[in-house]
Amino acid sequence: MARVTRQLNWIGRRLLLGLGQTAAVVLFIFVLTEALPGDAAVALAGDQPDPERIARIRAALDLDRPAAERFLDWAAGLVRGDLGTSLVSGRPVADYLTGGFGPTVTLACATLLVLLPLSVGLGVLCARREGGPLDRTLSALTLAVHSVPEFALGVLLATLFGLWLGWLPPTAVGADPVTEPAVLVLPVLVLVSRPVCTISRLVRAGMIDAMASPYVAQAQRYGVSGARVRWTHALPNALAPAAQQLARTCDWLLSGVIVVEALFVIPGLGTVLIDAVAARDVPVVQGMAVVFGVVTVLANLGADLVARRFAPRAEAVA
Amino acid sequence: MNQRRSGLARRGFLLATATATAAALALTAGCSADTGKTADSKNAAEAGTPKRGGTLRAAFAGGGANETLDPHAANLFVDAARAKALYDKLADFGTDLAPVPRLAERWEPNETLDTWKITLRKAAFHDGRPVTAEDVLYSYRRIADPKGTFRAKASLEPIDLAASRALDANTVEFKLKRPYAEFPNVLAAFGAYIVPKDTSSFDRPVGSGPFTFGSFTPGKSLIVKRNDAYWEGAPHLDQVEFVVATEESARTSALLGGQVQYAHELTPATARTHEGKGKIEVVRLPGSSMQGFVMKTDRPPFNDKRVRQAFFLIADRKELVDGALSGAGEVGNDLFGKGYQYYASGLPQRTQDLDRARALLKEAGAENLKVTLDTAPAATGFVEAAGIFKEQAAKAGVTVEVKVGNKDTYWKDILNNGTFASYRSGSMPIESHISQRLLTGSTTNATKWQQKDFDDLYQQAQSTRDEKERAALYERMQRRLYDEGGFLIWGFADWIVATAPAVHGVSKQAPANTLDWARFDRLWLA
Repeated sequence: MARVTRQLNWIGRRLLLGLGQTAAVVLFIFVLTEALPGDAAVALAGDQPDPERIARIRAALDLDRPAAERFLDWAAGLVRGDLGTSLVSGRPVADYLTGGFGPTVTLACATLLVLLPLSVGLGVLCARREGGPLDRTLSALTLAVHSVPEFALGVLLATLFGLWLGWLPPTAVGADPVTEPAVLVLPVLVLVSRPVCTISRLVRAGMIDAMASPYVAQAQRYGVSGARVRWTHALPNALAPAAQQLARTCDWLLSGVIVVEALFVIPGLGTVLIDAVAARDVPVVQGMAVVFGVVTVLANLGADLVARRFAPRAEAVA
Repeated sequence: MNQRRSGLARRGFLLATATATAAALALTAGCSADTGKTADSKNAAEAGTPKRGGTLRAAFAGGGANETLDPHAANLFVDAARAKALYDKLADFGTDLAPVPRLAERWEPNETLDTWKITLRKAAFHDGRPVTAEDVLYSYRRIADPKGTFRAKASLEPIDLAASRALDANTVEFKLKRPYAEFPNVLAAFGAYIVPKDTSSFDRPVGSGPFTFGSFTPGKSLIVKRNDAYWEGAPHLDQVEFVVATEESARTSALLGGQVQYAHELTPATARTHEGKGKIEVVRLPGSSMQGFVMKTDRPPFNDKRVRQAFFLIADRKELVDGALSGAGEVGNDLFGKGYQYYASGLPQRTQDLDRARALLKEAGAENLKVTLDTAPAATGFVEAAGIFKEQAAKAGVTVEVKVGNKDTYWKDILNNGTFASYRSGSMPIESHISQRLLTGSTTNATKWQQKDFDDLYQQAQSTRDEKERAALYERMQRRLYDEGGFLIWGFADWIVATAPAVHGVSKQAPANTLDWARFDRLWLA
């Protein structure tokens, strides 16, 4: 019981800290977008920068009010659960988020589904054959793949499988991933390519350490089978650092997949963010910052919980 | 099903015969019609019988958040293409940028050119209501609303809307604030679409265009369906889906992979790679984009016209077109609107002359000149052209320092600041170019060309009824700009679109944003 309360206390503290972090991120984003040259009026005016028109747009968008006032208004709205409206289209920011959320989350989930078993499997496999030809080949391969930028890999895969071989659709343009899951294959491949390298290497290192540890030796002396030692005793310890890396991957999947979304025409959160920054659509950028902030905090909290569960001795560190 | 198809085929055959006859007539009639149009109808006739049916998917670069179905708020190419499918304007620009009647059947000015009577053709909105003079006035008043920020507002400025009225259901009388011979240009202005009276919501847009609204997901897709009652005849296609793919490589892949049949705005490199290989058809629309540099004529060193003339002579235009546009374009002659109505084509083509440039600079006391060239990746080839010009200038002893700025705010940054900057412009009539950029009171006068006698010439042209006399006045204005203006116009970029081989009827002449550009009602799938 005491342990459960301690756990809840810990989660509470972590959530509070996360809330503070999110607020700081949002304030930071606001300051940064304010510091960007030009505002929504200028971006909207484009190559017709008629000064009178810009002034009129600025007045219509309330951009002529002081920055602090606009920020406080927005923050007040946020407390009420109102994310505000886009400067450009006048549509609620929440619409943008929900619109972009679906494709991005679908993509992220598909990626995780492939990523988890693949990287754990590869990591364990390499650890078992430590120093052998298979280990060395896989290590070289993961290093090589990790150093290829997503954009290049994406273009390469789309050209090879989409255009030359014609096996898969080269983009997801106009398609619904739910009814045509084939459009997700190439984007997921590109997304998996880098994290699989880092995570499998972390699992491999963790496994090698764990397999060399006294408790594994003890378990082996008791006659526990090799597979059982590997999967139930060594692996959980090896997973703690990998879980934290996975949390980082989750953040990245939500916000860092911009290149993949652009390349394969998936109208997700990354695309929304890029468009909003280019248009200086501050409310949308802020709304995204809140979402990314919250997701990052929750993912890291989850990862720490997993790490504590798998390797309680690491608690002091966390 | 078979029955229906054969009936449709027959109708298609009649249509094609009509087109072919028209083309033949135009050819035998000689050269009175403008060459662009003749060539176009010939292309259409050669391409075979239009077939009815099918869905065409068209990929455009988009703006995500910026996307809107409010035709007056159109800002991007994709907005314009969508608006064109759903709505009509009173007029639109032909391939030579002269206004062509659309919803307006004809226009007649009074003697002093400050009152124009517009007669509307018989046309109906998608819900069956006829398009009336009241709808026109409502649409224009909405655009010109002082509180609004619609782009066409500046174009409509010459109209005194309070004094304009509907003479009857089909006739609008526009009172202007001053004589304006080129008033029909206003009717064709970007974004001046006619919406039904009292429309304020565009969730389910109702227009008078060739297609009716199907469904819309902002940032993703718009589906429109054939309007069988369209005044110009129903489109061939059953349906068009506009999809958004901002990355050029994605548009190319989607086209090559058969996911879309029309891709807007490809790079010259992509076009060269795939041209003539049978997988896609590349269409280059000439004269779509003017490319150049602006010299601010009101400040040193460019307030001395000899320095400007020297810069005109420094540019090796062929090298700029080959380098910055990958050869996809043609050289410019320091004048806007090559190939357009009123273009002064008789002036000699300017070529590089470094000796003369050096002599002019010496005369102006500007030896060892140093200038900063502002540029930004705001348009294709900008940064490349700046680099090439820097090298060319060095040969004439001029040091050009290239400063790369922010692309999102570029146009505002260079409007009043700096002395020398990269510049680009889409197609518009030469008159609009002059009135928006070269008069003392112009709102986007980036060259700061403010000359009383030039303003007078423009005003004189606008109160001249006779088209020949007007052309002579335009020529005088252009000669002046050619001699000592602030626009160093080194080239005209082709606009590149590509289609699947099955797509027919794409105009090969229409510059971007003119009537025949992105005209999906004229396309068919074979």
